[in-house]
Amino acid sequence: MLLKEQPLERYKASDLASAISMVLTEPVAAKNMTVVELVALGRHPYTNWMGTLTAVDRTAISNALSVLELEELKQKKCYELSDGQLQRVLIARALAQDTMVMLLDEPTTHLDLYHKVKILKLLKSIAHKANKAVLFTSHEIEMTLQLCDKLLVLNGQDSAFGTPQELIAQGQFEKLFPADTVSFDPTSRGFRIEK
Amino acid sequence: MKSATTYRLLFLWLTIALAASCLLSVSLGSVSIPLKSTLGILLGDVTNESWSYIIWNYRIPKTLTAMLVGSGLALSGLLMQTLFRNPLAGPFVLGISSGASLGAALLIMGSSAFAGITTFGLVNDVSVAIAASMGSFLVLLSVMTVAAKVKDTMALLIIGLMFGSITAAIVSVLSYFSNAEQLQQFVFWSFGSVGNLSWRQLLLLFGIVLLGVLLSVHTVKALNALLLGENYAKSLGVNLKKARYVIILATGLLAGGITAFAGPIAFVGLAVPHLARQLFDTTDHKILVPAVLLYGSILMLLCDTVAQVPNDTSVLPINAITSILGAPVVIWLLVRKRKMIF
Repeated sequence: MLLKEQPLERYKASDLASAISMVLTEPVAAKNMTVVELVALGRHPYTNWMGTLTAVDRTAISNALSVLELEELKQKKCYELSDGQLQRVLIARALAQDTMVMLLDEPTTHLDLYHKVKILKLLKSIAHKANKAVLFTSHEIEMTLQLCDKLLVLNGQDSAFGTPQELIAQGQFEKLFPADTVSFDPTSRGFRIEK
Repeated sequence: MKSATTYRLLFLWLTIALAASCLLSVSLGSVSIPLKSTLGILLGDVTNESWSYIIWNYRIPKTLTAMLVGSGLALSGLLMQTLFRNPLAGPFVLGISSGASLGAALLIMGSSAFAGITTFGLVNDVSVAIAASMGSFLVLLSVMTVAAKVKDTMALLIIGLMFGSITAAIVSVLSYFSNAEQLQQFVFWSFGSVGNLSWRQLLLLFGIVLLGVLLSVHTVKALNALLLGENYAKSLGVNLKKARYVIILATGLLAGGITAFAGPIAFVGLAVPHLARQLFDTTDHKILVPAVLLYGSILMLLCDTVAQVPNDTSVLPINAITSILGAPVVIWLLVRKRKMIF
């Protein structure tokens, strides 16, 4: 795999940390951390050996908190937050890491429709405003069709990459599931359950 | 998270408490020396030679040992809890202390079980210390090897307990075959004591604890990142393998070295990090490392003061005192919070 025309293996762990940030599905181990402490951990690649925060770090942290609308929850402990709030905190941490690529593993699982849309819209605005590559995995095909700039459809050997329009025109989504159970409707860009 | 001023104030209080408990520990003992004379002797008064001898050659080494033991065990508990991200981890639960016991038992009592191999070796305090350290490292390495295969930390803790059981069983077998004198020597070691160290041994213990503390301070950033979990720590640029080994080395030095010199001392390693988290209300290791060092010293000095029955020659086994005081603290914490939020 290449990053800026350099193979990933050639990057030092610390350099990679300032190039790629991640939001994983694994739960945060220390639930007793406050929101601001957790977001501050995103500054790790830039701080000294003790992890002292400089003015630049503090600006990045408060910026990340405001982008994800977390200022009110700043001093809350992680165990007090809902799943949706916690997901926003984790994204804020990745944003504070200030990398050109942000990878997210199923950022919308366990969330209801409203929070799913909210998270995805936030990700879209981060990608456009902060000029970052935001790449995430998802099972929510209908939602990603509406919100993402480009999609990679993983379908065994037959995977396709492109804008939603291109992929729909190619008929990629009809092939995804057995047609007698779910079928794809290109006009409404949605799936229909076959009776 | 509290403000920096709150932290400074808390640290100031803890330092005052530490100074007070130091004075308490120095002024109490089997020989009654008035507080005024104690202070005088500490400031260089030599009018009463026997009192001054007791203070300088018995009580001050004991106080310093208690401080080193308390702070070192507390720090090793904190390191283990963060490394395994489990509130129940500690030098005892993971079998490190049992490993030290095994090392000491093999040296003290092994001579009869394996006649001829160790009999020519001098069984003195330094060799017991080395054997105990090696035993704790051995168990720690076994736990780590298993840890690389088992991802579930709960399973790992149980495996640590099992290692503890195995070493305890070997110790029982050894005790069965050893003679009364050796058995007595081992039992006294296993009671735990902070009062039998010479200045030379104290210096050695100080060196070991200092090394452990320096390693922990060096790895403070990685410890904070580990609070998120290993994969997150990796994505933050932490060299996971190196961090793991440094943390384990530090724990082995601290818990192994201390157990070697002072015997197995229970609960300090498990309870102090929780007490410190309760007081400081943070997860930041920059605050927690100095906090557990101070807190551990204070607690150990107080336990030692309780163990040292005032104006009486008898000294209660310190290991029993820390358990009697430590176990209710852990239960109280659990009952109050209903669960151990880490």
